[in-house]
Amino acid sequence: MSELLRVEDLRVYYRSIWGDYKSVDGVSLAVNPGEVYGVAGESGCGKSTLVEGFLGLVKPPGYVKSGSALFNGSDILKMDHEKLRRLRWKELAYIPQGSMNALNPVIRVQEQMVDAVLAHEKMPKGKANSLAIDSLKQVGLPSEVARMYMHELSGGMKQRVIIAMAMILKPKLIIADEPVTALDVVVQRSILQLIAELRDLHGATVVFVAHDLAAHAEIVDKMTIMYAGKLSEMGSVHDIFNDPLHPYSRALIASIPTVGKKEAKGIPGLAPSPLNWPTGCRFHPRCPYVMAICPKEDPEMKEMAPGRRVACHLFG
Amino acid sequence: MRGMEQHLLELKGVSKVFRIGGGLGVFRPKTITAVDDISFTIAGDKPSIIALVGESGSGKSTIANMILGLIEPTSGKLLYKGRDVSALLKENRREYIREVQAVFQDPYEIYNPFYKVEHILYMVINKLKLASSKEEADRMIVDAMRSIGLRPEDLLGRYPHQLSGGERQRLMLARILLVKPKLLVADEPVSMIDASLRAIFLDDLMQLRDKLNMSCLYITHDLNIAFYVADRMIVLCYGKIVETGPAHAMIERASHPYTQLLISSIPIPNPDKRWKDKLNVKVETIKDMRAERGCIYQLRCPYVMPICKDKEPPMFHVGQEHEAACFLHD
Repeated sequence: MSELLRVEDLRVYYRSIWGDYKSVDGVSLAVNPGEVYGVAGESGCGKSTLVEGFLGLVKPPGYVKSGSALFNGSDILKMDHEKLRRLRWKELAYIPQGSMNALNPVIRVQEQMVDAVLAHEKMPKGKANSLAIDSLKQVGLPSEVARMYMHELSGGMKQRVIIAMAMILKPKLIIADEPVTALDVVVQRSILQLIAELRDLHGATVVFVAHDLAAHAEIVDKMTIMYAGKLSEMGSVHDIFNDPLHPYSRALIASIPTVGKKEAKGIPGLAPSPLNWPTGCRFHPRCPYVMAICPKEDPEMKEMAPGRRVACHLFG
Repeated sequence: MRGMEQHLLELKGVSKVFRIGGGLGVFRPKTITAVDDISFTIAGDKPSIIALVGESGSGKSTIANMILGLIEPTSGKLLYKGRDVSALLKENRREYIREVQAVFQDPYEIYNPFYKVEHILYMVINKLKLASSKEEADRMIVDAMRSIGLRPEDLLGRYPHQLSGGERQRLMLARILLVKPKLLVADEPVSMIDASLRAIFLDDLMQLRDKLNMSCLYITHDLNIAFYVADRMIVLCYGKIVETGPAHAMIERASHPYTQLLISSIPIPNPDKRWKDKLNVKVETIKDMRAERGCIYQLRCPYVMPICKDKEPPMFHVGQEHEAACFLHD
């Protein structure tokens, strides 16, 4: 068993007076060590809920309906609080969306990093201090940053500090949720290249969640595209971009305006509501290739080639 | 005045300086020059979409707010059809608002959640006295929605939270269609819309340009979108224009090092064309890297020369209607 993370049929629902919002509804995926695994999809498709789900971070009114998340062979969703606490940060680091603006503005960067280290591992403070500085250097920040406050840093530097914090205890897996959203293009590029570097030079494994497909094309190895709480397609990044199979992936890739390309086609219709997903294939109301079977039967994930899967009746 | 076509909009040496701090008369206030001596024109003869591109803090939105009369310039002049905007706003505010409309970034904030979505359309019809009766107003709204490709039967009578961001933003285009302005200032209108709906909005916008003979100042940080939608582009850096020209010329021959950096940093949705080189400029800055003397970009520029430190580069001609503020083109 080589996978570092294996998510199996995960369902995360949110309770409401109108019924359950089925935000993540049967997702299975596997991440191998040393790869950047991309999770793409439009807003509201369940990307962030998926990540919170397999990390055991779902808070009420959300709950995990079913499924498992094996990390190194043991199920995160069955662990008790103490065991989870020891796993987090040391083995599993999570960078939530917008976390670069969530650090304490009146405590120096280094102190916050040391705090996190000492909360998860017993070591002398001096060692924690030097770990913090090493980690900052690793993400390309000068050591002066350690003595600065978050508000003195630019957006790109803040995001680097966050990545340095996530890296500090050399976790086996880093999950980054939209780490480059809200950054300017140039800074965005530098952060994307940093993530690729962490993989190439330090063998880091990263789950990279982003709505921007172009960002995926630049750095991920394997990826999956999510639609309406389910995965529609997965494969290597080359498979997905060069030969997308699912009509949703095809349409999504065609809808990106790019320099030099003078036509982009949007996907007509609306993203459905998690309270009331369409029957059968959830993409069928917007799908240009819809067939009689699509509204009736939910297509299963079919393996087209090793690691290449698609959930669409066109590939029956 | 034959042959002398009037500019629709002209900015002449416009600057905006913000003061921060300086409480109690004890502390010395700091000043931030958000917009620094900017001049450009939007032609009046042919409708076009002009993209104003820059990173955050480059002064894009400040320029939009000055054109809309929401803030006053510190110096310089804004002329609309040859007349001073602040004077126009004083004399005949309604007329100016009718001709210069805006679409903003957040399609959630502009709707009042207690009113049905059509309220915002009726409001503009009433305020600008576009219709003489309720029936006429109804008909105008339905027509406007249809020509944007929205289905009135699906949307009318619904509340803002029942619509997607894309629908809300396209409903704003229906409003534009009702008002028929001469100039639309669009400040990041698709940044909160899903990728699959962006292209639809942008295509609608290009159609409006042709249908209404309307020009548009399209403000964005996203170069992909700028190239997709714009006829001309203006690139801003630290409140100054560094390059301006036709969109296609800017992709093919980006002439200012800053524009080149921006273009090379656009992620391309093709895994076979990944960035090969590492970014060779320091992008992380402790203080902001705007130079006080000479070229504002010298501290980040890989081609910096001695002259850049002394003199501010004027706009150099680099192609047809294509100019760059860089001594490399001297």
